[in-house]
Amino acid sequence: MLYLELFIQGLLQGSIYALIAVGLTIVYGLLRILHVAHAGLYTLGGYFGVLVFNITGSLVLGGLVAMLGVGIFGIIIYRLCYQPILDQPPYVPLIASIGLFIAMEELYRILFGSYGVTYSNPPLQDMMPVGGIYLRQGEWVTILASIVLIGGLAWLSRKTRLGLAWRATVTDAEMAESFGIDPIRVRYLNFFIGSILAGAAGMIVGILNNLVEPTMGSVPSYKALAIIVLGGLGSVRGTLVAALSLGVIESFGTIYLGEVLNRDAIAFVFLILVLMVRPKGMFRGM
Amino acid sequence: MGFEISLLTAMMISIIGSLSLNLITGFCGQVSLGHVAFVGIGAYTASLMTKAAIPFFAALVAGMILAGIFGIIVGLASLRVRHDFLAITTMGVNFVFLGFVRQQEWLGGELGVSSIPDPGLGKLGFLALVFGCVVLVVLLSVQIRRSWMGYVFKAISEDEDTASMLGLDVSQYKLIAFALGTSLAGLAGGLYAHHVRFIYPDSFAFVESITLLAMVVVGGNGSIWGVILASAFLSLLPQWFQFVDDYKLLLYGSLLFAVMRFSPGGLAGFAQLLINHNRKSSKSKVDK
Repeated sequence: MLYLELFIQGLLQGSIYALIAVGLTIVYGLLRILHVAHAGLYTLGGYFGVLVFNITGSLVLGGLVAMLGVGIFGIIIYRLCYQPILDQPPYVPLIASIGLFIAMEELYRILFGSYGVTYSNPPLQDMMPVGGIYLRQGEWVTILASIVLIGGLAWLSRKTRLGLAWRATVTDAEMAESFGIDPIRVRYLNFFIGSILAGAAGMIVGILNNLVEPTMGSVPSYKALAIIVLGGLGSVRGTLVAALSLGVIESFGTIYLGEVLNRDAIAFVFLILVLMVRPKGMFRGM
Repeated sequence: MGFEISLLTAMMISIIGSLSLNLITGFCGQVSLGHVAFVGIGAYTASLMTKAAIPFFAALVAGMILAGIFGIIVGLASLRVRHDFLAITTMGVNFVFLGFVRQQEWLGGELGVSSIPDPGLGKLGFLALVFGCVVLVVLLSVQIRRSWMGYVFKAISEDEDTASMLGLDVSQYKLIAFALGTSLAGLAGGLYAHHVRFIYPDSFAFVESITLLAMVVVGGNGSIWGVILASAFLSLLPQWFQFVDDYKLLLYGSLLFAVMRFSPGGLAGFAQLLINHNRKSSKSKVDK
């Protein structure tokens, strides 16, 4: 029974990782930037969610604001911060992004206080059995939300004309442009969707922990980088597999290896081992 | 006066740290996001040894050697992975180091190593020693850049595949860059441990690796003087920002971002831009 519980906790953590990392990986797939500030957008999603819920009392409204608001901020960050430095060597946008992330965290601390914001009337905290498995409502919502959102992303990219334009631009931007696709708009769309996922993840984690604090993005900021690298940088399917397996490995690892290494170190030992065997990650291509 | 001396010493140590990273990232083009792990290896080795009553200089050297050995191991990893994959692998090295040190009783765990013995040089004497090390590291950097090795490094950083097609032994030179850079990081670590005389895992957290990389990149990747200037500036910055203590990190983050956004070549790139601009304007005056 312990194994099953550990496995489910791992999958739960993994699906949160997946929501954050999928956004990061589609940004990387299109623009080749390691977008560390993505974790800042995730935190912003947490704040939007808790603030709107505390004012209006509506979870749905909170979710909408968290997702769409963060999506719009994602576009703004792309336009003001990344677009002018896209042709620089890759460490330039990386350092810019890290600087931006530090500044964002500090801004949240100054604006909303360093102790964080809690839900005035914590939603989705009751236990709920489904098929003999007891989880909190919020945890079921987490699993459901990641299936719906990532499934939606798959549908969008596979079954719509918009997705076709998007995939064409990822494969060959110049060729896509010559077929009349506006690459700038594709980039906006890319950041919008990636940031929506980050915003949703932020709100969900805010509900699960009943706390949104300025530093809640610091662990995801580097963990998500490890995940997208594991998944092969730019591959959505690879990122999904990497996120879920990392969640499970961490949850078993902390029980069995906790004496020697902590959670982060276990994740990165796994990362380094995989990269030594497969230097370009577990999967390649979209 | 004591405060100024200790500030200056800290500044010099970060110059050694950033110049050591500059050898790997600036000269050889291998972006490392985990450099402070090697500073940490040097610091832990040297401080545990002086605590066991081994002479200070022997301990410093041992710290350098051990950091260099681990550096070669990571260098071997760098032969497998490239570019962004390498950056994230080295970041992983930092977290593995931290996670390991935190759980080890004999390394002091979360509490770290305290009451590290005084090297017995006096404050000014220690500053002189650190300054001497800075001079040596600068001379070494200048020498490397002028040498054949420097050209190979530059070739690797610009285009690895072409370099190896020209018959250059890319793997060997990458390993040399890692060995040199990480052992100098170990030196910085040993000096740091005996300067503050108290170390714990958080002294070598990921954010410190970012700080080192920021010094290199803000200075201008590969430029020696730019990196020295940026290290001096960025390590003193928190002192200048004392009056805005609450906004210190906000300013720091924004500064990093702004330099990359508006002058991606760092200070060195900015200086180059100014020089070119002046030349151009003086030339146009002549033309008139």
